Amino acid sequence: MTQQKQDSPVEHLLRELTPQVLGAVARRFHDFASAEDAVQEAMLAAFTQWPRDGVPENPRGWLIQVASRRMTDQVRSEIARRERETAVAREADPLAPAAGIESDMDPDDTLILLFMCCHPALTSSSAIALTLRAVGGLTTAEIANAFLVPEATMAQRITRAKQSIKESGVSFHLPSPLERAERLPAVLRVLYLIFSEGYTSSIGAHLQRLDLAQEAIRLARSAKALLPADAEVAGLLALMLLTDARRAARTGPHEELIPLDKQDRALWDRAEISEGIELLTAALSKGSVGLYQLQAAIAAVHDEAARPEDTDWPQIMALYELLKRVAPSPMVTLNHAIAAAMVHGPSQGLALLQSLDGDRRLAEHYRLDAVRGHLLEMLGDHASAIRHYRAAASATTSIPERNYLISQASRLEETEQSSSQKTSVP
Amino acid sequence: MKYILMMNGKKADFERYAQWSKEDLQANVVFMRAFSKELKDSGAFVATEGLAWPSEAKLVRAGKDGEPVTDGVFPESKEFLAGYWIIDVDSPAQAYKIAARVSQAPGPGGKPGNLPIEVRQVLSSHADLGL
Repeated sequence: MTQQKQDSPVEHLLRELTPQVLGAVARRFHDFASAEDAVQEAMLAAFTQWPRDGVPENPRGWLIQVASRRMTDQVRSEIARRERETAVAREADPLAPAAGIESDMDPDDTLILLFMCCHPALTSSSAIALTLRAVGGLTTAEIANAFLVPEATMAQRITRAKQSIKESGVSFHLPSPLERAERLPAVLRVLYLIFSEGYTSSIGAHLQRLDLAQEAIRLARSAKALLPADAEVAGLLALMLLTDARRAARTGPHEELIPLDKQDRALWDRAEISEGIELLTAALSKGSVGLYQLQAAIAAVHDEAARPEDTDWPQIMALYELLKRVAPSPMVTLNHAIAAAMVHGPSQGLALLQSLDGDRRLAEHYRLDAVRGHLLEMLGDHASAIRHYRAAASATTSIPERNYLISQASRLEETEQSSSQKTSVP
Repeated sequence: MKYILMMNGKKADFERYAQWSKEDLQANVVFMRAFSKELKDSGAFVATEGLAWPSEAKLVRAGKDGEPVTDGVFPESKEFLAGYWIIDVDSPAQAYKIAARVSQAPGPGGKPGNLPIEVRQVLSSHADLGL
């Protein structure tokens, strides 16, 4: 989409350099929390100076210098404060001059940062905020704007996230392979949450706000480059691409939702689809199939159908059956029921939905009503379908979803009325 | 997810509030300031406003020519919004906890007022019906 906010070359460069610079500074000063603040300040300085004075010859070195100076100043004033307080003179300046900057470079820095920012000790919202700033190189203002909260609130979340990291005693080093395997799901989950935040917000939001879906894809790409052997990382990137490919088609001119079977498939992004399928094919050949690969495979089956009626529903149903085993959840059951309805008819789908009645985990209960409405409509029971669409509309907390569900109900009501009028004519 | 916490009161509640003692008022102000700081420190704060009292409230409708037609006589039982907070939290449980906290704001005699706080989720522009 062309209307999205595009990075300037300086912005782009700065954001690429952020995790590298942060890695170098955090390792030198053994203080991730302060280093993260210092790097953010250095970034803001570069953001105002570089477009005016030109990009320095060694931009990475420049940023490390500026951030290190901030760190040094901070440590000095901290020492001065303590000296004033205790009146004990220090013998020497404990701070080494900023030499040997280039030897600080470590290709694993971005990976270390990802594992740190997506630490399981953090709440999702904190992990998301910190990842976007420390790894994504976004400013606090940009992140706050993307989540529609005040900048001070986002700054506070980032501070608290760093506090939690400090308290959990995580040091700046690459987790062992065993730890990495344990903690990777948390990292992937944070990246997927960032993607969903961007993908599910309506088109209008992308006009003024940062494109979080693109940002998540960028982060997933760097994770994929750093962990090339991991099939789930590749699966996640594939899932993002195969989903994002449909973005231009999923909403109409008035931001109304367009369901998959009504979308103009010519608007689907072919390049994203083929890249996603290529990634997925390579990942699946590695043998360890996880939830992201399975979801990507489902997205791929949809994307490969030229028309809705060409969709290979038996394959989608089989994939949901696998997903039910690998990562069972009420949402998976719900989607499996839809696929089963497409293969064996709506009665089969409705029967499968019964297992969800009274499931307390299905907090977003309106989805069950929405799906039930859809399947009842397929069955021809329009009166019940209308009832379920309206129940779903009254329970959803999303404006586009509510509008969609109300329209579904009113459309059915109109067809009911016109058909009853026809039959009442003798 | 964002929630609005609304503090409502009848006209008589506002009139009673006008007769609070200086100490009671002071205690309430101190509590509200501390609450506001807690919200900001926790990273949940989005917005807050207090509203002018209902004595000057008007109901406005468009007349035939689109000009405002005002009406200001309200039944005694009508509830008026006194103020609100908008918060951004990870779960409804967190929103209820914060609402319960502000419900403890001290009333006359310094006792917790136990005011009812209306909690409603703010609609989002997000949509994901699996479409």
